[in-house]
Amino acid sequence: MQPILRGGKLRLMLKNNFIKTLVFSILSLIFVCSTQAQDYVEITPKHDENHKTESGDEKYDPIPAIMSHVADAHDWHFFDYNEHSYSMPLPVILWTEKGLVTFMSSAFHHDNLGHHAVEKNGMRFIKFNDRIYQLKDNAPVEYDIEYVTKPLDLSITKNIFAMLMSVALLFFVFLKTANFYKKNGAVAPKGIASFMEALIVFVRDDIARVNIGEKKYMKFMPYLLTIFFFIWFNNMLGLIPWIGGANLTGNIAVTLVLSAFTLVITNINGNKAYWGHIFWMPGAPAPVKILLLPIELVGVLTKPFALMIRLFANITAGHIVVLSLISLIFIFKSIAMSAVAVPFALFISVLELLVAFLQAYVFTLLSALFIGTAVAEHEHH
Amino acid sequence: MYAAIGAGLSVIGAGIGIGRIGGSAMDAIARQPEATAKIQTVMIIAAALVEGVALFGVVVSLMGL
Repeated sequence: MQPILRGGKLRLMLKNNFIKTLVFSILSLIFVCSTQAQDYVEITPKHDENHKTESGDEKYDPIPAIMSHVADAHDWHFFDYNEHSYSMPLPVILWTEKGLVTFMSSAFHHDNLGHHAVEKNGMRFIKFNDRIYQLKDNAPVEYDIEYVTKPLDLSITKNIFAMLMSVALLFFVFLKTANFYKKNGAVAPKGIASFMEALIVFVRDDIARVNIGEKKYMKFMPYLLTIFFFIWFNNMLGLIPWIGGANLTGNIAVTLVLSAFTLVITNINGNKAYWGHIFWMPGAPAPVKILLLPIELVGVLTKPFALMIRLFANITAGHIVVLSLISLIFIFKSIAMSAVAVPFALFISVLELLVAFLQAYVFTLLSALFIGTAVAEHEHH
Repeated sequence: MYAAIGAGLSVIGAGIGIGRIGGSAMDAIARQPEATAKIQTVMIIAAALVEGVALFGVVVSLMGL
C-alpha cells in the first residue's frame, strides 16, 4: 500500500507497519481538514502595497521573490507555467471568536494580496503576504487596515508540513536501524544501519563523551542525537527545490524551540557547582562577586539565544545567497547570465551541504558543551 | 544602503576573527600533528562563536532592509 499525495507527486513507500500507520494518521489528519470553502467575493484593499510599477520602465526587484521563498507559506508552491501557479494546498486552521474554522488554502485561489475573501461560518478571511486576516463584519468592498483583525493561526503551513514529513523520515530511518540491531545483535551493520552507525558513534564519541564526560554522557545521548539528526535532516531537505525547500531550520520559531530545549535541559541538570558559579563566583572578592552576578545571569540566556540566531541566520543566509544568484538572471534579463549564475549557485549549494552538516554539528556540540559545564564535577574547590 | 554597510562591517569582523583562528590552528597543527583532531574541534567551536556574533550583525542589518 502506498499513500499517494496529489497525483503521485509525493510517494511514500514504507515497509514498516508502524510508520505506515503514523504517516496515514498524519495524512488523514490533513485531509479531514480539507473542507472546501465555497463562494468567495472580489474585494480590494485600499492600500495595495504590492501594486505594480507606476513608471513604464520595469525594473525587476528580487527582494520580494527571495523573501517569499525563504518565508513560511500557506501552500506548497511548485512552479508557475503559463501564468498559472501549480501548488499543493495545505489546510488552514484558524481559531476565531466563533470557534475553530478550517478550509484548504486553495480557497484563496493563489491570491496573496487580499483580493479574494473566503467566506466560512459567516466570517470572511483574506490572505495578504502569506498571513491570514479576518475581515470585520462591517468591512466595505474597499476595505482598509482598520477593518482587519488577526485570528489565531494554527494552520498546517509549508513549514509544519515539512516538519511532519521529516519526522516521518526520521522515524523510518531510525526504526529501521533499531530493528536491524534488535534482529541481528551487535554485528557488522548492513544497509541503512551501516550509514547511521558511523554518525551515531560520531555524536557519541566526538560530541557527547568529550564534552559531557565519561560518567554522565549516556543520559543526554537521546537528546543530542535527536537534535543532531533533526537539524541535519531538515537542513538537507531544505536544500532540495520543490519537494524540500521549506527552510524549516531557517525559521526563527523552530530554532527558538530547539534552543529552548537546550536552555531547559542545561538548567534542570545544573548541579551545585554550576549554580555556585552563577550566583556566587568562587575565588573572587566580594564586590566582584556582586558585579559578576548579573553578567552570569544574562549569560544563562545569551548562550541559547546565540544558538537560535546562529542556526537561523546560517540557513537563511544560504538560501538567500542561492536565490540571489538565480535572480541575477532576471535582473539582467538575459539567459547568458545563467552561464555565470548557475555554476555559482551550484557551488554555493554544494557549500551549503557542508554548512548543513556543520550547523547540526555546532548546535549539538555547543548544547553538549553547555550541558557539560552544568554537570561537571569540580574537585578543586 | 546603510543595512548593506552594516552587513559588510560585521562580515569584516568575522573575517578577521575566523582568519586568526584558522591561522593559529594551522600553526598548532604544524607543531603538533598528533593533536589535529582536538585542535580542529576547538577551532570549529571558536569559529562558530565568532560567526555567531557576525550573524547577529547581519540579521540586524536584514531587519533594517
